[in-house]
Amino acid sequence: MEKIFKTHPIEAWLLIIIIATSAVLSMLSVQYFTLVNAFDLLNSISINVIFAVGLLVVLISGGIDISFAVAASVIQYVAFYVLSYLGGGNWFIGIIVAGGLGVILGAINAGLIHYFRIISIVVTIATFNIFFGLLMFLTKGVYLYDLPDWWANRVIIFEHEMANGTWAELTLPAVIMFGAISATWFLITYTSIGRQIYAFGDNPEGARRIGINVVAVQFIAYGWMGMMAGIGGLMQAHFMQEIVPNALIGRELDVLAAVVLGGATLGGGRGTVMGCVLGVLLMAIIQNGLNLLGVTPFAFKAIVGVIILLAITLSNVSFVELRAYLRMKRSQ
Amino acid sequence: MTKTNRKKIKRYMEGEVAGLSIFLIVIVIAFSLASPRFLTGANLSSMAIQLPELGLLTLAMLIPILSGGLNLSITYTANMSGLALAWTLQAFGGPEAGVEAFILGCVLAFSVGALSGFVIGFVVAYTKAHPILVSLSMMILMRGIGEFMSHGKDITGFPQFVQNIGQGEIGGIPIPLLVFIACAIVWHIILSRTRQGFGTYMLGSNIMATAYSGISTKRNLIILYTLSGLMCSVAGIIMLSRFNSVRVGHGESFLLITVLACFLGAVNPFGGFGRVVPVVLALIILQVLTSGLNILGSNQHLSTALWGIFLIAVMVLRWAWWRFSIKIK
Repeated sequence: MEKIFKTHPIEAWLLIIIIATSAVLSMLSVQYFTLVNAFDLLNSISINVIFAVGLLVVLISGGIDISFAVAASVIQYVAFYVLSYLGGGNWFIGIIVAGGLGVILGAINAGLIHYFRIISIVVTIATFNIFFGLLMFLTKGVYLYDLPDWWANRVIIFEHEMANGTWAELTLPAVIMFGAISATWFLITYTSIGRQIYAFGDNPEGARRIGINVVAVQFIAYGWMGMMAGIGGLMQAHFMQEIVPNALIGRELDVLAAVVLGGATLGGGRGTVMGCVLGVLLMAIIQNGLNLLGVTPFAFKAIVGVIILLAITLSNVSFVELRAYLRMKRSQ
Repeated sequence: MTKTNRKKIKRYMEGEVAGLSIFLIVIVIAFSLASPRFLTGANLSSMAIQLPELGLLTLAMLIPILSGGLNLSITYTANMSGLALAWTLQAFGGPEAGVEAFILGCVLAFSVGALSGFVIGFVVAYTKAHPILVSLSMMILMRGIGEFMSHGKDITGFPQFVQNIGQGEIGGIPIPLLVFIACAIVWHIILSRTRQGFGTYMLGSNIMATAYSGISTKRNLIILYTLSGLMCSVAGIIMLSRFNSVRVGHGESFLLITVLACFLGAVNPFGGFGRVVPVVLALIILQVLTSGLNILGSNQHLSTALWGIFLIAVMVLRWAWWRFSIKIK
């Protein structure tokens, strides 16, 4: 246990906070600690987690991506038209098409970043505007309701009837979420290219000099983000059963905040899948808890804002330094 | 920094102003040839009214970027400042409120902006957290408080003189534009003539070296984010008076555009270099592109896409120029 605190302090702290919050919530609300609520929570965080693990890879590589949420909206539209051209498609084709489109959009970002030496935040702010502007211009902001049946119908993977007659249901996005988590975890922990992404994010010049293929690292990082954006977009359309052009805009910053809460840094080279998932989970649990406690939804974002501000402030305060400072003050 | 280096940077910046001015002249000529309606008083005055909102927010973004940070909370801080003024006016009778109420409201609006900036600056200075994260959480907090207190509704009903500020003119020039010009001049003076401005550039270049050379980086960071917050308040008050209403989320889409405008205006994304004049030129170019395309029958969304393409094009040109200048040597 002590070892975990030394090697993964942020993950350990997040886990403790999540357990503490859950304990308090289950005392305050009888509904909290039920299978129905747990499954609801998993279903509702799935899309953000899919985005988050993609963004994590980009952050580890030392970059940032602002454009992914808008890219996901673009992919929803393009995938819709491509799939209707292919005659409807199914889940398998859908994921291939959405993921593939995402990789293409990610490659555009990576190409601009690598070949023209433009920093990632500039490129992705530019592509954010290009994607969104072109999407709204070409589609004229039309909503799409007539999704193919396989796409719009809820897919229940596991269900269980509770004693009071309500159904606890685990739906497809949650399963895809677990897939995305394990794939990303495998990529960055167990593959050579994954370790190279860490090395590149920590010290790009050093990584280049020891012979890491810098081009491949960047294309894989942004391509992975794009693929996750595509799959997340597909799932969001499935979840809402409609495609709305501005449904995802603004989510990029919420996801960014959650990933950073989970210990990834904007400087690159740091971050784990576990921390990233716990970061999203903590934000979701707080919202879920406030909801169950009957707090007005208008107050959610303010409370979440305070918590992130505190978390970021506290995670950067070194307690050792603070104690030394206080001791110094006292001895004076 | 050696003298030749500084000269080189100076030449580069002058080149930036020249390049942006030439581009501005070219697009103005192109649009006036394409449409006779472009160079008319009506179009120019509509451009002059639209420019200040984005302009003021861009000024608020400029100083943090120069210091090597970013302030993502600008739009919602502007909204919250506007709300503070709106509530004060409402508390004093809405449309019947007097000038004293307006002044009190403005003081409150500035306090909100300054407080938001101060908190960001304080956290950034004392915890060394990344400014993007601190201002991002401040953004979420400001949006949350604003939505909680206004419940997402529009707040309207202000005295006539408040509308006159947003829609009136002095000597044929819209008042918001005058406010923007005044703010830009103040910003230029702060950045080029004061200790604070010098410190801001140095922070963006190398924060450790700045601290070791005896500049109080903590104080400088707090002041610069407070200044940024105050500029948001100006933007919030102008937005309130122009639309005669306040809604949380208004101007939300400006956030990333302000960053885009700074980068177009040759501000170094890592901080340390950049001036007010090229940024103002970049803002005028963005406005001309929007209005020109609008007259030619295109819509706002196409111009949004073109802004992005334009930013990439400028960055690629700078890269090409950099490669070219290496080869010459």
